[in-house]
Amino acid sequence: MSNLVKIENGIAAVAADDWTLVQLPATQVEERKQAGKVVLFKLTGESTVTEEQIADTVIPATGKIIVPLSVFVERNNELASRIAQGEVGVWLATHELLEYLIQQQADLNVLPIIAVFVERFADGRIFSLGTLLRTRYGYKNELRAFGDVLRDQLFFLKRSGYTSFMIRKDRSATDAIASLNDFSKPYQGAVDEPKPVFRRYNRGA
Amino acid sequence: MYKYDEIDQQIVDERVAQYRDQVRRYLAGELSEDEFRPLRLQNGLYIQRHAPMLRIAVPYGMLSSKQLRKLGDIAKKYDRGYGHFSTRQNLQLNWPKLESTPDILAELATVEMHAIQTSGNCIRNITTDQFVGIAPDEVIDPRAIAEIMRQWSTFHPEFALLPRKFKIAVSGTQQDRAIVQAHDIGLEFYRDANNKVAIKVWVGGGLGRTPILGSVIREHLDWQHALTYCEAIIRVYNLHGRRDNMYKARIKILSKAIGINEFRNQVEAEWTHLKDGANTITEEELARVSKHFEAMPYENLPDQDAGFDAALANNPAFAAWAKRSIHPHKQPGYRAVTLSLKPHGSAPGDITSEQMWAVADLADEYSFGELRSSHEQNLILADVKLSDLFAVWEKAKAQGLATPNIGLLTDIICCPGGDFCSLANAKSIPIAKAIQMQFDDLDYLHDIGDIELNISGCMNACGHHHVGHIGILGVDKDGSEWYQVTIGGKQGNDASIGTVIGPSFSAEEMPGVIQKLIEVYIKERTPEERFIDTVRRLGAVPFKKHVYAKDEVSA
Repeated sequence: MSNLVKIENGIAAVAADDWTLVQLPATQVEERKQAGKVVLFKLTGESTVTEEQIADTVIPATGKIIVPLSVFVERNNELASRIAQGEVGVWLATHELLEYLIQQQADLNVLPIIAVFVERFADGRIFSLGTLLRTRYGYKNELRAFGDVLRDQLFFLKRSGYTSFMIRKDRSATDAIASLNDFSKPYQGAVDEPKPVFRRYNRGA
Repeated sequence: MYKYDEIDQQIVDERVAQYRDQVRRYLAGELSEDEFRPLRLQNGLYIQRHAPMLRIAVPYGMLSSKQLRKLGDIAKKYDRGYGHFSTRQNLQLNWPKLESTPDILAELATVEMHAIQTSGNCIRNITTDQFVGIAPDEVIDPRAIAEIMRQWSTFHPEFALLPRKFKIAVSGTQQDRAIVQAHDIGLEFYRDANNKVAIKVWVGGGLGRTPILGSVIREHLDWQHALTYCEAIIRVYNLHGRRDNMYKARIKILSKAIGINEFRNQVEAEWTHLKDGANTITEEELARVSKHFEAMPYENLPDQDAGFDAALANNPAFAAWAKRSIHPHKQPGYRAVTLSLKPHGSAPGDITSEQMWAVADLADEYSFGELRSSHEQNLILADVKLSDLFAVWEKAKAQGLATPNIGLLTDIICCPGGDFCSLANAKSIPIAKAIQMQFDDLDYLHDIGDIELNISGCMNACGHHHVGHIGILGVDKDGSEWYQVTIGGKQGNDASIGTVIGPSFSAEEMPGVIQKLIEVYIKERTPEERFIDTVRRLGAVPFKKHVYAKDEVSA
């Protein structure tokens, strides 16, 4: 049974997943914990992907695949024909930079799916990444959250532009759907409804 | 004050349902402790030493008599018959049962109240000056924008899980009373050269473990852009703030690490994409919300009242109270009144249900049914006629709310400390009580004059000790409780962070230490000089010398 919730034409339902997620192999390199410099600051506490990991990533020969951002960039030539056929999506972790993706792939709508991996549900960077993909970079296709995805964050994820949610395995995807509608008339403009409440309704004088 | 329409009401009602289901799932074991924590925190629910603590939002400190009455009812029904006003102008209940918190929220929703985002890593209750709207030195009443920001920040999807808590203060006065420089974002409203409402934006201030005063990120922002500019700031912070170490996760650490200039560049770059977007505030929306904050239907009165003057002349106790508790007002013939929640020997900021009901009655009878809570943890009746002040005093006095110590040494700002809070290193309330008892002589207190004493039970600094003229910080040394003393901190336009005077003290020593600090001040002050000014003129050295003198002799 799939644990994927997908919003299609405004309706959320549990759906089959026809994408294969390609993972990076585990690394032996220790994590970089310290900050202070601008670039490192953006990556605080996160492990960085090594050349070796990128090279060692096993890419299935056929089928629809979601590859790690670093693999997408570094092994793009290898993937070119499949990208053209719409068989390749990209996933990134919450600390990774969208600029890195854009430099490689200016037109994101070539990608049928972009997925964002959230390691801990309390990591709210996922919301800004979704917002930027939709509003800054004009991405229109499926935007998926996966990892530590729980129902109590779904409303925020939806509002931040996500259209599919791979609910954590030990939780019910069916139950989670209800949380997409926790609030009927949110106050502020966001991705799913760009107008704030004061531009949507006549709130009287 | 702001009245909910159907949209506002629906949001708090839906919140009650959402939270009720979260509690149900937690109790049924469907949510782990770790998963429930951010959910309950974003609803102001802490798990404390003895029981949960629930923090109820009082947006920018405004309360109606109906709301305060309901708070009194709730404290009676679900708690032990009292509540505690915090330094973020909110009300905390110390003993509610987890199981009854959804019902408490449902009751709050009936009076247009909630506990949304009073804790957790999100945008918290926006605070301001308790004399907002009535202070003679006010240039702009920032409440309408504060309310628009309250709505914007409520369940803001992009900023639902920030690296750390995020506090915004707004102020529109010449003399800052909202500590805008000690907030993640401080918005200082003013009139620009074209007489338009503009905002000076401060960023990266905060107390806590690493006290830092904010920097100006933008000198001039048109009010229409308040939301989009804050979005730009918070987006940069959300993406780049540290998440690996909670002690280094506040925006102040990010802005210091990359420098205010680089931080400003990033924010401005982000803002070019957001500026003039849909979240730009419209004239119509400002006008709609501003209607809720129009001036009260004041009578045209002279700014003098014979009865009041006679009472001042004939009743020294009333005169002593009036001197400390009555504040100037824009409208002639009216004054603001601070009701002291700092009677000597009790926990600063605590108020019983009976007192809440009594204050609600006072507000109805004498102050248009509204009142405010202050970050100094007192309650304010903002619009009292001169001719009513004596009656207000008598009634407040009967309720124990007229201690004439506002702005004096015993008007202590104090967090709940180790008696209640599980974060605290040390107790704070007993220290406050002991100091209040040491300085129980009112004539002496009045002679000492204006002084701010702030106590925090740990470096999270809920008692704002860094900006107290005297600050006391509870510290843990090998499992026992000690107190570190700072002097020279100050809130306001010329805000400063206090200097530690030396090694920390035991609880028993604290009243004596304060006594010695005061002795130096009394000895050294020039006429009309306040404690803080003496400290600034002389520096900390003479104070240190006197406080530690005994140790030097015995050493």
